[in-house]
Amino acid sequence: MAGIPHDEYEPKSKFEKWLDARLPIAGVMYATLTVPTPKNLNWMWIWGSLLTLCLVLQIITGVVLAMHYTPHVDLAFASIEHIMRDVNGGWAIRYLHMNGASLFFIAVYAHIFRSLYYGSYKSPREVTWIIGMLIYLLMMATGFLGYVLPWGQMSFWGATVITGLFGAIPGIGESLQTWLLGGPAVDNATLNRFFSLHYLLPFMISGLVILHIWAFHTTGNNNPTGVEVRRGSKAEAEKDTVPFFPYYVIKDIFALAVILVLFFGLVGFMPNYLGHPDNYIPANPLVTPAHIVPEWYYLPFYAILRAFTADVWAVQLVSFVTGGIVDAKFFGVAAMFGSIFVMVLAPWLDTSSVRSGRYRPSFKWWFWLLGIDFMVLMWCGAMPAEGIYGIISLIGASYWFAYFLIILPLLGVMEKPLSVPSTIEEDFDAHYPPKSKPAE
Amino acid sequence: MQLAELGIFDLVISLGETHLSQDDEQATRRDFLYYATGGTGAVVVGAAVWPLINQMNPSADVQALSTVEIDISDIEPGTQITVKWLGKPVFIRRRTDSEIALARETMISDLPDEMGRNANMSGADADDKNRTLDQKGEWLVMMGVCTHLGCVPLGNGAGDFGGWFCPCHGSHYDTAGRIRKGPAPENLPVPLASFINDTTIKLG
Repeated sequence: MAGIPHDEYEPKSKFEKWLDARLPIAGVMYATLTVPTPKNLNWMWIWGSLLTLCLVLQIITGVVLAMHYTPHVDLAFASIEHIMRDVNGGWAIRYLHMNGASLFFIAVYAHIFRSLYYGSYKSPREVTWIIGMLIYLLMMATGFLGYVLPWGQMSFWGATVITGLFGAIPGIGESLQTWLLGGPAVDNATLNRFFSLHYLLPFMISGLVILHIWAFHTTGNNNPTGVEVRRGSKAEAEKDTVPFFPYYVIKDIFALAVILVLFFGLVGFMPNYLGHPDNYIPANPLVTPAHIVPEWYYLPFYAILRAFTADVWAVQLVSFVTGGIVDAKFFGVAAMFGSIFVMVLAPWLDTSSVRSGRYRPSFKWWFWLLGIDFMVLMWCGAMPAEGIYGIISLIGASYWFAYFLIILPLLGVMEKPLSVPSTIEEDFDAHYPPKSKPAE
Repeated sequence: MQLAELGIFDLVISLGETHLSQDDEQATRRDFLYYATGGTGAVVVGAAVWPLINQMNPSADVQALSTVEIDISDIEPGTQITVKWLGKPVFIRRRTDSEIALARETMISDLPDEMGRNANMSGADADDKNRTLDQKGEWLVMMGVCTHLGCVPLGNGAGDFGGWFCPCHGSHYDTAGRIRKGPAPENLPVPLASFINDTTIKLG
């Protein structure tokens, strides 16, 4: 599987030989599990394992919840309360599922920003990156669909606002929105299909996760130096790598243990901390909550959506050029999807020949500014759409686009990178000097 | 041998053999088969997919457009009611004289959206007279759905223009339901509505 030279699986027992001649599944599993992994990976390389665990956790708890949930406008809210009060251990399963979504997004943001810092998206890992972005988009869709199911006020109005985004598309918008909702407004037809799709998408994510793993096992993992593993021979490759099992399995399990302690603390002691109290009010189509806020993991992009109002000159210019077809509403929607699309393009926008941000002195500053920008946008997204927050959102959104469209292309040309270690082994030995030759 | 006696595989094989044994002119027969098969396949896939897409459109019971009649005899000037029609809220407000005056003083050129958006008067501009059900301008009937992203605006003089204010993304509407400030692109639309008698309005 991997392009890095490594041990091949050899069927030993009679049964293994019999199976291998018919379905070489053990060989594929062996290659996947023992894939040569750079030996200098730091703690930012634990998120992939955690993400896999999150997916499994969400699918298992979700399948169980579906056994007790009723997707009907008159019964959905009550069936959630039924899960919380009557179903044996139902409260724990639901709280795990609810907060599991948050853990999933914490991990995915850490994973994405890791890739942005260490240049994991760059050649030859563009396909891994694009698949990852698709997974992220599907995660956002799944999270949104799931949030509608309890049929509280935030569920209903979140669904109204988000499907309204599609209504903003010029020309086809209105009929597209009606098609998505199955009626003129969010109603029973909407709830039914959202339930169906919320059940479907995680399995599509699972398929993409397999492709994601396949892709980076083909190119090999990136690592903090961004230097490729030597592939001249197996002996050479082994100086730069260790097999994923047992080394990184143990490391990842340790990290999981620490994170799960915090996670269960959250689930056990403050399960509604990341939620919104308004979602414990049953959905009412005639009353909008005073302040509609999406879940925290959408806030940065929600802030970008709201930042581009009709008084922004860029919006007025585009509106004028397109003869009013692109109005402020569609501009905001396009900006929101565009902010993710520019991330997808990062492999081609980043012109630097040095992969890892560790050896790029000015890049570091711009990168950390992007991290701060992300947090600021998240904060703005949670604030009411008034006054100073609009201006801060606009500055934040502008920086987001500038980072990908201007700074990444220019930095590669203007920046003078530091010298990069020639091998992973050299970097590893610099951090952990070999004390003495092991006794023969 | 008659064609009917041939199984489908025999037919395909015999066509292939024909092609192999004949000169180039006959190659077009295989090309034709490729295109015919591909074309048929595309039509079949389309025919199979379309019902799967179309099933998501509003079903017959949802589509059955309802008309509702609303008793407005209890509505005092300066108050409003919200009724549900086609799954969406409709505002029915009986405006005070000062609200009417405020709306009529406004120049159309000051409005971000200069269209009346009134289903009963298509193509009219956003003049206050083109927004209300009656000549006097007392009865304002409009969809309670923000034209930005579909929230229900707050009424009873909310916002900077004494009309409605959408709490979601901060759109301000004036006393005639016209957008004045914020991200919403259009005035609140006036649905098909008419007086049946002095105390009843029919929607739809």
